[in-house]
This record gives sequence, structure tokens and C-alpha cells, in this order.
Amino acid sequence: MPNEELSQVLRADRGRLLAALIARTGDFQRAEDALQEAAASALAHWGRSGVPDNPTAWLLRAGLRKAIDAFRRDRAASRHQAAMEVLAMEEAAEPDPQMIADERLRLIFTCCHPALEEKSRIALTLRSLCDLSTGQVAAVFLDSDTTMGQRLSRAKAKIAGAGIPFAIPGPEDWPERLNSVLTTVYLIYTAGYAQAPGAALCDEAIFLARLLHQLAPCQSEVEGCLALLLLTQARAAARISASGATQPPSRQDRSLWDHVALAEGLALLDQAVSRRAPGPFQIKAAIAALHSAKDGPDWPQIAALYQKLLDFEPTPVVRLNRAVALAEAGHPAVALESLADLAEPLADYQPFHAARADLLARTGETALAAKAYARAIAMAVSPADRAFLQARLQALR
Amino acid sequence: MKYLLTLYAAPDAEPAPGTPEFDAMMGEYFSLDQRAGHIATFLSGEGLQGVETATTLRKRNGKVETMDGPFAETREHLGGFYLIDAPDLDAALRYAAEIPAARYGSVEVRPVMEY
Repeated sequence: MPNEELSQVLRADRGRLLAALIARTGDFQRAEDALQEAAASALAHWGRSGVPDNPTAWLLRAGLRKAIDAFRRDRAASRHQAAMEVLAMEEAAEPDPQMIADERLRLIFTCCHPALEEKSRIALTLRSLCDLSTGQVAAVFLDSDTTMGQRLSRAKAKIAGAGIPFAIPGPEDWPERLNSVLTTVYLIYTAGYAQAPGAALCDEAIFLARLLHQLAPCQSEVEGCLALLLLTQARAAARISASGATQPPSRQDRSLWDHVALAEGLALLDQAVSRRAPGPFQIKAAIAALHSAKDGPDWPQIAALYQKLLDFEPTPVVRLNRAVALAEAGHPAVALESLADLAEPLADYQPFHAARADLLARTGETALAAKAYARAIAMAVSPADRAFLQARLQALR
Repeated sequence: MKYLLTLYAAPDAEPAPGTPEFDAMMGEYFSLDQRAGHIATFLSGEGLQGVETATTLRKRNGKVETMDGPFAETREHLGGFYLIDAPDLDAALRYAAEIPAARYGSVEVRPVMEY
């Protein structure tokens, strides 16, 4: 079945093929068009004369040929003479994708360039490296296919028009650019996590983090990011109790945890920390690890880590998390006080109201707590979160 | 590629003329090419007089209309520009980050149309 064979090859190697074609044509859209055309002729050829021994190599060669054809059709063909000669030479050499350089790291850095809107970075990464269709990417954001198609086109046009390089950034830009890539991967994970534990998007995020770890080894923040995803994913199956309510890690049924993923995450975190180059993803992974500790979370340590995270991400959400950890560590009054100036920036952030309700309850402000719980319940998106908060509200009375 | 860097800042956000901070800022502008010349090539650039000197013109139905002030009423005003030649956007952004206006206001980086 050439059809099935083709989609299997593309699922495994689309990112690699696309990256190789962008590196050679210097243009995202041209590369995508060439790969699309190569896939179409694969369907026709493979149906007639059977699937070739090395289908990925066949596709790369066909893609190179399609890219040359497209350059020839271009009115300004002479401008692309040099690129065409390189393509023709490579095509004649019968390239094997396993033998040529893996350009996917360049592709990730381009897709996650900070000059692109955050949503476009996520969309472009899912489309280019995870082989999601435009429709599947649209579904992640509950957008229509047309709207998402336009967003992807605009992003590719900006890459070409603004001169966003298809390159791995140099040392002076490396920390900021890597953070942008890792943040994109993390946002893909959290989008999946919000849908349902173990959703396909979570797997895509872990695939991307593993790919980064393979392509950019010995990077403490990459290790930290992969560790964070694995430590979170390890607990995904236990996240919601039998009664359908969200469970904090300390109350989860540990027998439901994925202990292989947990051990891998902890080992990666140790490795990362030993490099002595701290960063936000390592800190978040360390916090996730402390939440999984056998004898319950070490809250003073978690509060200290959130304090450290503020050096990298001085955001209201991190301050909220630090307050929650402080309360758990036995300082609910101090924690409640530190929420005062977060009320405005986090007014529309549901977890703020849930946390504030809990702190008010702990400090004996029952009436105010009930009001805050009601607010948090009204804003809750998932039924599991709502069930958890309902139970807390009931317990107040 | 050529990029136009336009500098925007609210007048009160920048140091006032006559202060040591102002002199330090001007020093940074004068040394920009020395500091960032290896990142991109400076082609041209100017600072502009204040928006109170601006006049906006438009032509409607063949008739010229002039207005006092800039086209858009914003707090941050266009204060100057640089035209540079840079290998790619990353280099243009690095160059832009060396401009003091990036600290007091913002710098817009736009590729120039090639015909």
C-alpha cells in the first residue's frame, strides 16, 4: 500500500526531509512545496513500480528535483543560479537522508524565533517537526483550518521577508534563543496536559524535547526541560482520582505513576544540575521532583526554588506559586500578604482565585474564602478542577 | 539585507539635555559604530528634532491638507533612524540592541523592500 507506506515515512522523517530542503533552498515555503510535490509523485510512482528500498532517500531526491523545477519556473530564475547548481549536484549524487547532516536543530530554532508570535512558533513547530496537518494544528487552538493556514503562511512569509536565518544561533544569542525553543516545547506539553493526561500533544512535546537532547547534547537547560516533562508525565495517570477530581501529587496513588519515566527524569535532572549552569527549566524540574518525593513534598525547599526562579522569570504566576509553597511550608499569613499586589495582574487567572481561597481558609477567613472558592469554581475549565474545588468549599462549612 | 531601524521613545523617558546621563547617552550614540560595526554595516542615520516641529501632510481630492504634529498621537515618538546592512535578522536585532533608545523606548527593525 504506497499510501500507508508514504504516510509512515512522512510521519517519521518529514521534519528531517523538510529541514534538509530548507537548508538547500534557503526558503521555508519553497521547501514545503517541493516536499508536497515529491509526496504527490511518490504516490503515483510507488503505485506503479512499487515502494523503493529507501523511500526517504527517494523522497529527498524527488524533493530536490521539484525544488530545481520551481526555481526554473521562477521569473527571477537567474537570481537563484547558485542555489540551483548546488541542488542539481546533490540530486545527482543520490543522497541518503541518513548520511546527510540532520538539519532539524536549525529548523527548530527558526520555527521558535522570538521575532515570531508565540502562537505561530507553536503552530509552525507542530506542523514542521511533528508532521501535524494544518487541520490538526488548528484543532489545538480551536481555530478553523483557514485561519490556521493563514497564520502559518504569515509566519513563513515573515521568516523569508524579515531575514530570519535558518541557523543555530551563536553563543551571544544562545541562552535567549534556546529558552524560546524550550518554552515552545513546554507550551505544547501544557496544551496537551490541559486537554487530558497522556494526550497526543504531550507525546509530541516529549518527542521534541528528546530530539533537542539528541541534537544539542550536554545542555543543562535541555536536560532540565526533558526532565520536567518526564517528571510531570510520570504522574499523569494518577492526576485525576477515581471520583474525577484533580489530585495534588502528595495525595495521588503512587502505584499509578510511571516509575520508568520518573527515574529517567530524575537522572536527567541530576545530570543537568551537575553542569552547574542553572536555568529556569532545571529549577522547574527540581520543583517537580520535590513534588514526587516519597515522604511528601519538601515545601520550604520548593518555596526557595520558586524564589530562585524569580531571578529568571519575575512573573506574577511564579510569585503566586512561591506564595502557595510558603503557605504549605507553614507560613499562610505571609503567603496571603504576598498575594495582595497580584490581585490585579492575575484577576483573570483561575489558579490565583483557587490559591487565594485556600490561603484565606487556612488563616480562618472563612467567609472570604467561600467567596474566593465560588469565583475559582466559576472560572474552572476542567470538570476535575471544579470537583476538587467543590469538595474544598464543602469542607469549609 | 538592508534594515531600517526606527527609534521610538517618550521624550520624558530619556535623560534631559545638560545632565551627565544625557552626555553618557550621546556618547553611546557616537560610539555605536565602534561597538556594533562588526555586527552590521552602518549606511546612514539621523536624529530628528522634536515632534513639536513636525507637520503632517495629506492630499485628498487633489487638495493638500496640512496638520500640526505627527500622524499618530502616541506617547512614544519617532526620534531618529538608522539604515544598516546586516547578514540576517539576528544581526540586525543585535545591532539594534546596542542603540540607547532600546533602553529608553523601543527600536523597530524592518527589512527594506528589494526591487
